[in-house]
Amino acid sequence: MNASSIQTPPRMTVQNLDLFYGDFQALQKVDLLVQANQITALIGPSGCGKSTLLRCLNRMNDLIPSVKVTGEVLLDTQSIYGSGMDVCQLRKRVGMVFQRPNPFPLSVWDNVTFGLRVAGISRKAQLQEIVERSLRAAWLWDQLKDQLNSPALALPMDQQQRLCVARLLAVEPEVILMDEPCSALDPIATGKIEDLMIELREHYTIVIVTHNMQQAARISDLSGYMLLGDMIEFGPTATIFTNPTDKRTQDYISGRYG
Amino acid sequence: MERHFDEQLIILKNALIKMSTLSEAMISDAIQVVCNRDTSAIPAIREHEEEVNRLQIEIDGICLRLIALYQPAAGDLRFILGAVKTNGDLERMADLSINICDKAEQLMTEPSIEPLTTSLPDMAALASQMVKESLHAYVNRSADRARAVLLRDDQLDDMNRRITADLLALMKKDAGIITRALNLLLIARNLERIGDHATNIAENAIFVVKGLDVRHHHE
Repeated sequence: MNASSIQTPPRMTVQNLDLFYGDFQALQKVDLLVQANQITALIGPSGCGKSTLLRCLNRMNDLIPSVKVTGEVLLDTQSIYGSGMDVCQLRKRVGMVFQRPNPFPLSVWDNVTFGLRVAGISRKAQLQEIVERSLRAAWLWDQLKDQLNSPALALPMDQQQRLCVARLLAVEPEVILMDEPCSALDPIATGKIEDLMIELREHYTIVIVTHNMQQAARISDLSGYMLLGDMIEFGPTATIFTNPTDKRTQDYISGRYG
Repeated sequence: MERHFDEQLIILKNALIKMSTLSEAMISDAIQVVCNRDTSAIPAIREHEEEVNRLQIEIDGICLRLIALYQPAAGDLRFILGAVKTNGDLERMADLSINICDKAEQLMTEPSIEPLTTSLPDMAALASQMVKESLHAYVNRSADRARAVLLRDDQLDDMNRRITADLLALMKKDAGIITRALNLLLIARNLERIGDHATNIAENAIFVVKGLDVRHHHE
């Protein structure tokens, strides 16, 4: 695993983050450093707050009315909860892939170009170039280059999920958040998405939430173990899985908890 | 995740090959020291041993991470478990070559016993070849090559017995050579032990390929 490059400046920094859903505190004084060009995995039992934390990284939780967030989340050095932050711009720079593939009920082409057209890009040649580049990066070009007008919802599940990745890549994000991106996929399709993530790491920074500890072990460089809204332990994945410092981490990764 | 895991396995294989190459060189270099009565190569041999020690720790670390992060199964699991054991055998061989150097330094203080130094290089060549072959059998998963190594160990044991008998005969004739003869006897003994470690590696190779444990003639 590639934990040697931990010394680079963090792409995202979470400091002292508290999050409440109404009266319920879902995150407690959470700290997290997301390193550039690394895969960071958040693991922990259901309800531990890992998806909530992930959704704080591009303010997806803003969509829930009762949510209150305090603490700091920085993208590079800029506070994403600060008054100067344009949330649309933030979600373009920090994109998200969801648990179930959610392509729009449109063609492959329209899915990939959707964000570009919202951003006012309409020149066909430019769209063509971006569609090809995005589909190639998501390992879909060879399969789909002759069916760009086919409905996205007719694709197999793993291709739908990779199309969602391509749709994201089209708007050139810096950070990709993935919320259990393989939980709707079979092991073969899961392997393809995992390979894709490792490939994407060269150019993007990835944060993944996964229920599948083995997936975190296989693909991530850094792992954080969360429990009841606390970040119990965070460090290089190889260390977390061979010599964790906290007994609660040890119990979880060895299958004695959760 | 086949692809990424396979890359890690190749790193493990290359580290084992590097360690084996060093161990083989140490055996022949140590015997050259004995036969040529020239200790100038000993510092380089000791440097090789330090490199072997460093690789031992590195290889165990790789195996630990592979098991913890990838949950290998079947042939891959056997390969990684076998690598941990092979790693230990290669490190012990390097120690045995250092023992040979120590004995060579003691031998240097007295005149040589000529006839014996002719059979030691043959024994060393066979031991070194066994190391090379066993490791090849291991990393290339070849049971046939591994079985060939097992047969050669009998040859090496025979050579050791002959040298021991010759030395005993010489000692009976001339008590003045007992110290030197004992050192030579221990050198032959070290080469014989190296052959045993190569045999262990060959048995590991058969375990990897066939899933059979042939240690202690259990096949």
